Amino acid sequence: MGGLQKKKYERGSATNYITRNKARKKLQLSLADFRRLCILKGIYPHEPKHKKKVNKGSTAPRTFYLFKDIRFLLHEPIVRKFREYKVFVRKLRKAYGKAEWTGVERLRDNKPGYKLDHIIKERYPTFIDALRDIDDALSMCFLFSTFARTGKCHVQTITLCRRLTVEWMNYVVTSRSLRKVFLSIKGIYYQAEVLGQLITWLVPYQFAHDHPTDVDYRVMATFTEMYTTLFGFINFRLYQTLNLVYPPKLDSKAESELKAEHEEDYAMDSESYLEKLSALSASLARVVATAEEEENQLDLFPTEGEDQENMQAREKEQKEQEAQKRLFEGLKFFLNREVPRESLAFILRCFGAEVSWDKSLCIGGTYEVTDETITHQIVDRPDMDKQYINRYYIQPQWVFDSVNAQMRLPVEDYFLGTTLPPHLSPFVEEKDGDYVPPEKLKLMALQRGEKPVQEEEDEEEEDEEEEEEDDEEEDDVDDEELTEEKNLKKMEGTRAQGKTLAVKVTPGKVKPWETGSVGNKVRLEQEEKAEEKRLAIMMMKKKEKYLYDKIMFGKKRTTREVNKLTAKRKAHEDASKSQKKQKKAKKQ
Amino acid sequence: MGTVCVGGVYPAGCEKKRDTAAHSLLIGSGRGVFIEITHRCSPTLKWLTTSESFQLSRVCDIRNTVGNVPMEWYQDYPHIGYNLDGKKIFKPIRNKDELDEFLDKMENPDYWRTVHDKTTASDIRLTDEQVDLVHRLQKGQFGDVNFNEYEPSVDFFTNEVMIHPVTNRPQDKRSFIPSLIEKEKVSKLVHAIKMGWIKPRKPKETTPQYYDLWAKEDPNAILGRHKMHVPAPKMRLPGHEESYNPPPEYLLTEEERLVWEQQDAEDRKLPFLPQKHSCLRAVPAFSRFIHERFERCLDLYLCPRQRKMRVNVNPEDLIPKLPKPKDLQPFPTTMSLVYRGHTSLVRSISASPTGQWLVSGSDDFTVRFWEVNTGRCMKTLEVGGAVKSVAWNPNPAVCLVAVCFERTVLLLNPSLGDRLVVSSTDQLITAYEPPEEDKEQAVTWALSEGLEHNMGHRLTLTHPKAVKQVVWHGKGDYLSSVMPDNSSNLQVLIHQVSKRRTQNPFRKNKGLVQCVSFHPLRPYFFVATQRYVRVYNLIKQELTKKLMTNCKWISSMAIHPGGDNLICGSYDCRLAWFDLDLSTKPYKMLRHHKKALRGVAYHRNYPLFASGADDGSVIVCHGMVYNDLLQNPLIVPVKVLKGHQITHDLGVLDVTFHPTQPWVFSSGADTTIRLFT
Repeated sequence: MGGLQKKKYERGSATNYITRNKARKKLQLSLADFRRLCILKGIYPHEPKHKKKVNKGSTAPRTFYLFKDIRFLLHEPIVRKFREYKVFVRKLRKAYGKAEWTGVERLRDNKPGYKLDHIIKERYPTFIDALRDIDDALSMCFLFSTFARTGKCHVQTITLCRRLTVEWMNYVVTSRSLRKVFLSIKGIYYQAEVLGQLITWLVPYQFAHDHPTDVDYRVMATFTEMYTTLFGFINFRLYQTLNLVYPPKLDSKAESELKAEHEEDYAMDSESYLEKLSALSASLARVVATAEEEENQLDLFPTEGEDQENMQAREKEQKEQEAQKRLFEGLKFFLNREVPRESLAFILRCFGAEVSWDKSLCIGGTYEVTDETITHQIVDRPDMDKQYINRYYIQPQWVFDSVNAQMRLPVEDYFLGTTLPPHLSPFVEEKDGDYVPPEKLKLMALQRGEKPVQEEEDEEEEDEEEEEEDDEEEDDVDDEELTEEKNLKKMEGTRAQGKTLAVKVTPGKVKPWETGSVGNKVRLEQEEKAEEKRLAIMMMKKKEKYLYDKIMFGKKRTTREVNKLTAKRKAHEDASKSQKKQKKAKKQ
Repeated sequence: MGTVCVGGVYPAGCEKKRDTAAHSLLIGSGRGVFIEITHRCSPTLKWLTTSESFQLSRVCDIRNTVGNVPMEWYQDYPHIGYNLDGKKIFKPIRNKDELDEFLDKMENPDYWRTVHDKTTASDIRLTDEQVDLVHRLQKGQFGDVNFNEYEPSVDFFTNEVMIHPVTNRPQDKRSFIPSLIEKEKVSKLVHAIKMGWIKPRKPKETTPQYYDLWAKEDPNAILGRHKMHVPAPKMRLPGHEESYNPPPEYLLTEEERLVWEQQDAEDRKLPFLPQKHSCLRAVPAFSRFIHERFERCLDLYLCPRQRKMRVNVNPEDLIPKLPKPKDLQPFPTTMSLVYRGHTSLVRSISASPTGQWLVSGSDDFTVRFWEVNTGRCMKTLEVGGAVKSVAWNPNPAVCLVAVCFERTVLLLNPSLGDRLVVSSTDQLITAYEPPEEDKEQAVTWALSEGLEHNMGHRLTLTHPKAVKQVVWHGKGDYLSSVMPDNSSNLQVLIHQVSKRRTQNPFRKNKGLVQCVSFHPLRPYFFVATQRYVRVYNLIKQELTKKLMTNCKWISSMAIHPGGDNLICGSYDCRLAWFDLDLSTKPYKMLRHHKKALRGVAYHRNYPLFASGADDGSVIVCHGMVYNDLLQNPLIVPVKVLKGHQITHDLGVLDVTFHPTQPWVFSSGADTTIRLFT
C-alpha cells in the first residue's frame, strides 16, 4: 500500500469553483469594481452540481464562480484602467485639497477612460450572437432614454440612449421588420424579426418616472454603458446591411419637405435633427441611391416529396410576411394629440402607412387635419366635435390588434366611444389543452376567412323568442279553460273527420342490464382498460413512477386552471346577459 | 473740488439725515407707528389752539406705560395698561362695532385722518402737519421740509493721479533678481514632465465611436469558456393577463385579489395585478418598471446559472408494457362467498388439502370449520384463548389441524371428510409407544381424553411461552411453532407428531423471529426475523443463506411450491420477491399496497400469489416461474380485490389459496372470511 495519501478537496469539482470573496481577493479589486467587471465581461456565478463537495463539506449558502472565468479576468486590460481611474480620483482629490487649480485642470484633461469595443467583440464573436442578445439592451436603452435629464445618471448617457433608440426605430421602420406589438399594463412590447432573430423589447409609457430609492443606479448605469456600446455597433452594422448612411441622415427630399418655418422655435439646432429623426415620418438617406427594395424572390429548385412540401410551406410563409409588411400601405393616418404619438407613428410607418400629427405636437407632421385624403384618424377621447365624413375615427387599439392579426380588422368595433374588445397578447401560443379565450377563437376564424358570426344579434333574437314564449305561457295560465275548450273542439273535429288522434309515443328507456349487448360492453371494455392501466402503473419503477406522477400532476393543474378560467368566463357572460335583460325590461 | 478731505467732517445735513432716518424707520412698520409719531411730536406742538391743546393734554395724560408689547396680552383684562401715575387705564366700555365704524366713516368728515391708538384704545385725529409728514414719508421724501437732499458731494480722496510718490521708500532687492520660489516651481514641473508624471494633453480621438466591429468575423471563433457558458434565459413573454384590456376571465375576483395582496412577493403567481382600462388614455405608468428592469440586471450578473436537463417524455411511454391480465387467466376476479359467524377479527385461515373444508381461528376464542362450497359453518370449537394461528395438515392421508392459542398448540381431528382418513388419523395418534428412556423435552405432550376427545382434541402441546404461529411440514409429520421472544434462543421448536418429540434447532438467538416455514421439497427451514430471512439446512445443521429483505419489519412469508422463490410481506407496505438462485437481495420489490401487509400466499398449482394488507384489499399477481434458469420470473399484477371493511385500522389479516382451484380466501378484521373466485 504505497503512494501518498489523497487529500480531500484538492481535485475535482472543489478546485473548479471559487467563491466570490476569494475571486475578489485574487483579482485585487474592490467589490464595486469586481461587480463592474463581471457586468462588463458577462461573468456570472455558476451553480455547482454537488454543492457540498464544492463548498468543502459545508452547506452554507455561497455563490460560486468558475475558476476558469476568474482566471480569464486576470488578463483583462480594463482592470488596469479601473486602477488608473482610482489613482486619478485620488490625485484629483489631493489637488482640490491643496487648491491647485491648474493641477485640477490638467488632471481633468488627462482623465483616464476606457473603451469596451474589445469586450464586445470577445463576448459576441459573431454579429448574430450579438443580435441574439440584444433584447435586454433595447429595453434598458428605451428606459434610460425616457429619464429626465437631472440626477440619477449622466446626461450624455441619456442622450446617447435616445439617439441609439431612434436609430433602431428608424432601422426597423426602413427594414419593415416589426412583427408583433402588445399593449400591456407595464408598457408596450414590440417584437421584430431582424436577420431571422426574434427580438422583443419593452418600452414604458411616456410618463415621468417616480425614481425608487431601493434601486442601485450604479448597477444599471454599468449595464447601460455596456449596452450602449453593443447597441451602437449593432446599429452601425444593421445600417450597413440596408445601405443606409450611419449616423442616419434624412433623405434630402424629405429634409427639404420637413423644413418648417418655425423650426427654431421648436428646438435648438443641435437637437432638432435628432427630433426630426425621432419623428419617424421621413425616410432615411442611403449610401447608394437604389430603386425601391427589389423583391427578393426565392429561387426555385427542383425538389421532391417532403422537400417540396416544405418548400411550398416556406413560400407561403414568405408571401404572408410580405403581405403583412404592406398591411397599412396606402392608408393615411392622422394622430390626435392624446394618443401616444411615437409608438403609433413607429408602428404605422413600419407597415407602410403615412402618418401625420398636429404641428404643435411634434416636429415632422407632413399634413394637416383638414387634409381630405386622410383615411383614418386615431382618437382616444369619448367624443369629437368636428368630424369629417370621409374618414374613420378609430381608437388606437385597432392598430395594435390589426398588426397582431396580420390583417386589417373590421373598424366597427373600434369606433369612437365604443367599448373596446379585449386586447390579447400575441405572444401566447396555445398548445392543445390550454385555455383559449373565445376572442382568440373568433380572431382565428376571421383569419381563416370565415365570416364573423353575428352573435349579438342572434342572442338578442333568442332573448326575444324566449320572451315571447314566456308571454305565451302567461297567456296559457290566464285562459286555461279557453284552451281546454279549444282542444276539446279540435279533438271532436278530428274524430268527425275519422282520423286517428296524434298519439304521443315516448321512446322506451332501455334498462341498463338489457343494454349489455352494446353500451355495457363498451363501458366494460373501458373499465377493463382503465384497470389494466392502473395495474401497469403499479408495476412502474420508483424513479419512473415519480416522474409520471409529476407529469400527471402538471397536467391536472393545467386542466384545473383551464376549467377555472372557463367557469369565470361563463359566469361573466351570464352576468352581462342578465344585465342586458334587465336593461331591456326597464326600457319596456 | 480740488481739496482732499482727510478728516471725518460731516456736512451739516448729516444729523438731520439721521433724524429722518429714525422717522422713516418708524414709518415702516404699520399702524402703531403713527402713535409713535404723535408721541415724538407732541412736545413740539405747543402752538396749538386751546381746545386742541386741552384735548392733547388729555391724551398726554393717559399715556400708556406698558411699553412696546403686543396689546393682545391685555385682551382678557378690563384695562389695557397703566398711566404715568401707575393707575390702570381702562378700556372704553363699549367697543366700536362694524356699524359704528361704518356710520363714522359716512358721517365723520375727519374719518380719513383719524387713527386708532391701541395702547390707549382711543381715536386720535391727526393734525395738518402730521398728515403732511405722513404724506412726505409715504412718497419716500425726507421728513424734514427744510432738508436739501441734492447738496454737492465731496470726495474723500482725489481722483487725479499725482506725479510724486506718496512715500520715499527705495525699491526691494527682490524686485530685481529672479524669484527662487518660481524657479523651484518651474523645476518641479520640469522634473515632473521629465519623469512622465505630467503628460502633455492627449490628442482628441479621431476614430469614430462606432464602426463595423464584426468586419472580420470568424464564424468558427468560440470563446475558451464557451463549453461551460450558459446563456441567460430571455425575459418571459407577456400573457393575456398582462394586457391593458384583458378578457374578463383573467381579472382577479375580489377574494383572489385579497389572497394576492396577503401573499409574499415570492409566493405570488403573478407579479402584478391584472387590470382593465377602458381606453389607452386611462392607462397609468407602471410603478414597478424600474424595479423590474433592475431585478433583471441583478439576475443577469448575480444569479447562479445551471444547465438543467428537461425530460420531455410522453407519460404513456413510461408505463411498462405488460401482458394483458386477460391472457393470464385464470385468477380470482369476483367475491362470491362471505363466511360469517365469527364475532371478532379472524386472525388465521387454512384450507384442507382436499379443498373441501376451511378452518379459521379468531380472537373470539373459537375455531370454526366451514364447508368451502356452501359457506356453511360445520363446526365451532371453543378453545381457551384468542387463536393466533391455524394450520391444516397438508398430508391428504391425515386429518389433523394445528391450532395455537396462548401457550398451547392443539392438534385437532375435525372428523370431517372421509371416515377412513379420520379413523386412520386417530389410529396414528394412538399407535404411539413411548420410548424406553424418557428425555427431558421443552414442551409437554398430553393426549386428550373423554369430553375433549369427543370434541376433537387429540394432542395438547404446552409451551413455556406464548405461541404465535404453527406450520406443518409438507409431509405432515413435522410441525414447527414460533414463540417470539427477543431474549432467549428458545423461539422456534420443531415437533414430530408420530414420535411426540420436540427439538429446539437453534442454540443462539438471532433476533425476534416473525415467522418460519418449511421448504416444500428439500430439508430446508426458513426463519424470518425482523429484517432478514435465514435459510437453514436441517440435515447439515448449518446456515445456508441469509436473505436481505430491505424491509423494516417482516410480517409474513410464503414459499413457492417449486421451492426456489420466496415472497416476504412487510409492515412497511412492501412485498419482496426473492429468487433464491439469483441473489440474496430481492429480485423485485412491489409497493402495491398503501398500508402494512399482513399476509402473503402462493397458489400450489397456478402461477399466482396474493397479498392482503391493512388497506382492505387483496392483490392477486401472476407470478410465473420458468423452469429455464436463465429466464427471470414474470410478475404481473392481475387483480385488486376489495371487499373487506377496515375496522380499527385493520383490513385483511390472512390470505390463503384454495389448493386446487384458482380461488383465494381472505380473512379480515371485519369478522368475515371471503372467497374470491
